Amino acid sequence: MLFGDRPKYIMLICGLTFAALLMTQQTSVFCGLMIWTTSTIRNVRAKIWVVDPKVEQVNEVRPLRDTDVNRVRSVHGVAWALPLYSGMVQAKQIDGTFQNVMLMGLDSATLAGRPARMLRGSIEDLRLPNTVVIDAYGVEKLSKGHARMLDIGDVFEINDKEARIVGICLAERAFTGAPYVYTTYDKALTYAPRQRKMLSFVIVEPIPGADPAAVARQISADTGLRTFTEDEFFWSTIWWYVYNTGIPISFGTTIALGFIVGVGVSGQTFYTFILENLRHLGALKAMGASNWTLIQMVVLQAFTVGLLGYGIGVGLAALFGYMVLDKGQPPFYMPMQLLVFTLVVIVLICAISALLAIRKVMKLDAAVVFRG
Amino acid sequence: MASLFSGKSPGPATDTPLKDADSHLAVRVRALTKTFSIGRRGVDKLLALKAVDVDARSGEMLMIVGPSGCGKTTLLSIVAGTLSFDSGEINVFGHKLHQMSSSAVTAFRARSIGFIFQSFNLIPTLTCAENVSVPLLINGLGRQEAEKKAEEMLERVGLGGRGGERPNFLSGGQQQRVAIARALVHEPRLVICDEPTSALDSQTGATVMELLRTAARKPGRAVLIVTHDNRAYKYADRIVEMEDGKVQRVYEDARDIAGY
Ligand SMILES: Nc1ncnc2c1ncn2[C@@H]1O[C@H](COP(=O)(O)OP(=O)(O)OP(=O)(O)O)[C@@H](O)[C@H]1O
Ligand SMILES: [Mg+2]
Repeated sequence: MLFGDRPKYIMLICGLTFAALLMTQQTSVFCGLMIWTTSTIRNVRAKIWVVDPKVEQVNEVRPLRDTDVNRVRSVHGVAWALPLYSGMVQAKQIDGTFQNVMLMGLDSATLAGRPARMLRGSIEDLRLPNTVVIDAYGVEKLSKGHARMLDIGDVFEINDKEARIVGICLAERAFTGAPYVYTTYDKALTYAPRQRKMLSFVIVEPIPGADPAAVARQISADTGLRTFTEDEFFWSTIWWYVYNTGIPISFGTTIALGFIVGVGVSGQTFYTFILENLRHLGALKAMGASNWTLIQMVVLQAFTVGLLGYGIGVGLAALFGYMVLDKGQPPFYMPMQLLVFTLVVIVLICAISALLAIRKVMKLDAAVVFRG
Repeated sequence: MASLFSGKSPGPATDTPLKDADSHLAVRVRALTKTFSIGRRGVDKLLALKAVDVDARSGEMLMIVGPSGCGKTTLLSIVAGTLSFDSGEINVFGHKLHQMSSSAVTAFRARSIGFIFQSFNLIPTLTCAENVSVPLLINGLGRQEAEKKAEEMLERVGLGGRGGERPNFLSGGQQQRVAIARALVHEPRLVICDEPTSALDSQTGATVMELLRTAARKPGRAVLIVTHDNRAYKYADRIVEMEDGKVQRVYEDARDIAGY
């Protein structure tokens, strides 16, 4: 019945599409942003992270003592334990402007925590003096204002010290917007502002066959330091941002808005549609259509428009994600659970709309059709 | 819609016949009383029907007339099973409405009653053929078969080939003919018409009454028509005159009524 009423039909689908699009897109950006907060974890790929007891997430550095590496190393079940420096430093570009970069200092012997993929050059060259490897995003960022893109052999400054590029790698994007710059642990200490303690993390590989969680517990017990398995650190970081920043609230507001607009537009349209057709529904009732039949009709129509709106909305959101994926900005991550979440919300909106209509239909008296 | 209606009540109109002495009666109403609650809090009562007795014989076209507000529509709604009542007995082709549950009454309406309303009440978003097929779908017929029967029925009311059109594009008389097709398509035993011609000019009204008489007036069936229109009197077999919630007089010969 609704399908014959073009304007309302389109209005309903638009409302639901808008709600689905807004919610999917915003939640995807939110998920993307949350994922970005864990970029260092995903770049380093260590099985166990050892940190200061007060540290809860990867972007918060409270340095350890250099001797802590050896203490961790001596714990039973540890195959190797290596130092890792991680910190925000300022890179000075050739034109004199500054750019924040995420400086990673890797153990010079093993280069553990190295980038997963080198695009050009060799990570081994980091063992040469004053050398760094920057990520592709860093090439883009640090080349701003230059005639050509930075390349291997080019030089910039980190805290007044020369840094020569010997390689370009691919790294996960950080939510701070700072590109990753890799060097050795020793050189990182010379690039970074001098502090009493400089060791950001100890990264650990358990012996083959050992359970990382068990080894991590053992390290905590023996050294009094805090440990995370890779997975624990990932979620601990995400939850830290969820609880300690306004990010979820601002996204939550937009998502709630999508929900309210969805309920408002579709509920309202659906309800007026029912009101306008009350005479006809009454006629159907008089002709012997049972309440149950009419309810089925209402529900079928509500969910048809709901699914259509959902499909179009999610499709548009995916299209948006596909378009921004190359640019990498804003972050966008649309997991399966998110699609299910949006579907549930849209179904909820439809159910609310249908319920309003059904209440009206139930109370409808078949005798109304005889009244002028 | 077809799928929704299918598989409900069993196939179309095969009613159990009356087995008592009144088997020549289609409708038998005894001591029917109906009050409406009115006023803001519904405390005031309005006595709309006061112990009404009415009979409609099998095969006849019975007309109900009377001044506005005398209770004609109320009586019709109750006989059609769309309105509850306080007391009395109503027997429609053996169905004792005063003893039936509301879901049984709903099923009874679907099988046994055809409706024609003053304002046509066709669903504007469905085509004429779809509108006509609604009672069949409600009775559980398949969509294709229903629409085929609907087209045949439209043919019988002189609207062959117009089944694909929307009702709003038809004239008032044509719309009422679609409504007649819808009222008759499932071959109900009782056809209920409330002022079927009052929204039409006299020429079109006559055509509609003519059609009702030829198509709906059949042995073993009955037609109840409420009207204000004295030009329609000549189509009636008998006329019941009501006033103030009571039956004033029954005219065995329509020609006896004033204004014939
Ligand atoms: N739902 C209702 N609630 C309250 N009062 C009602 C209701 N329906 C009808 N009435 C009252 O019952 C009385 C009979 O109404 P009814 O509609 O049966 O009259 P009618 O003979 O059909 O009149 P008309 O010729 O104007 O259609 C009227 O006084 C009317 O106001
Ligand atoms: Mg009336």
